[in-house]
Amino acid sequence: MTDPEILRYTRETGDFSRMLESIPYATFIGLACERFGDDLIFRLPSKETNLGNPILPAIHGGVIGGFMEMAANIYLMMSQDSLRMPRIVDFSLDYLRAGLNRETFAECRLTRQGNRVANVMVMAWQKSRQEPIAMARAHFLLED
Amino acid sequence: MDDKTRRDRVSRFIHTLNQARELGLSVTDAGEGHLTLCLPYSDRIIGNPDTGVIHGGAITTLMDTASGSVILCALEEFELCPTLDLRVDYMRPAEPGKPVYARAEAYRITRNIIFTRCEAYQDGGDTVANCVATFMRIGRDASPKPYRDLITGGAE
Repeated sequence: MTDPEILRYTRETGDFSRMLESIPYATFIGLACERFGDDLIFRLPSKETNLGNPILPAIHGGVIGGFMEMAANIYLMMSQDSLRMPRIVDFSLDYLRAGLNRETFAECRLTRQGNRVANVMVMAWQKSRQEPIAMARAHFLLED
Repeated sequence: MDDKTRRDRVSRFIHTLNQARELGLSVTDAGEGHLTLCLPYSDRIIGNPDTGVIHGGAITTLMDTASGSVILCALEEFELCPTLDLRVDYMRPAEPGKPVYARAEAYRITRNIIFTRCEAYQDGGDTVANCVATFMRIGRDASPKPYRDLITGGAE
C-alpha cells in the first residue's frame, strides 16, 4: 500500500502527511491522522463532496465506510513490526446515527491478531465518543 | 412503473448525492427489484499507488449507493431509507484502468426493513466484492415533498 521508506518515516515521526499524500483515496475524502502517544485518532473533516443525503444533509454512508476501512488499514500497518501490508478480507459496518456534515473521528482496536489474520474494530463519532455514529469490524490477511 | 421510469428515478436520485457525482456513478441497467450502477476508473480513488488498484472505500460507496437505490426500483413510491448495516466481502482487487459495476437486488421487503444483496464485478465477469445490507423504512413522509417530486419527476 505504501513505500517502506514512507512507512518507516511515519512510524518514527508520527507525521502521517507523507503517507496520506501518497494514497489518492485518502486525499479524495480528506482523511487525516494524528498520533497521541501510542494512540491514533483519524479525522475526516467536513467536506461538501463527501455528502450523500442532501436533505439532512449527511455524509454518504459509503464515505463513512471508506474512512473507517482506511483507518483500520493504517492502524494495523502501524501496529506491525514488519513491513508487510495487510489486505482486507471483509468489512462489516453498523450505522448507528446519521453522520452529519461536520468533522468525524475514528479510533481502532486490534481485537485479535493471529499469524495470518487480524481482526480490527473501528468506532466513529462526531459530537461525542459516547455517541458513536458507526461501528465496524474488519478482517485483514497479513502477508509478506 | 416501467424500467425507463425506474432508471430515470435512480439517475435523478444519485445525481442529488454529492459523493456519487464526485465518483461519476451512473445507471447502466434498472428493472423491477434490481439495478446496476457503474463506477468509472479514476486515479483519484487509488488506494494502492504501487499497483493503481482503487481503494475498497470507493467500492463500498458504489455498493452502498447501488443497494440503497435499488429500493427505488422495488417500491412504487419514493422513500428514502437509511442504511442500518452493510457487510462487504472482498474477493479480489479490482483490475486498474477498468470500470467496476455493482448489481444490486432487493430480495425481501417488509413493513420496516428492506434486505438487499449486491455484487461488484468487472468486464469479463470476475467478482470483485459481495455485499449484503439492510435498510430501515422511515416512511414516505420523512422526505420533503419537493425532494420526492424532484426524484419522481412530479409523478407519484
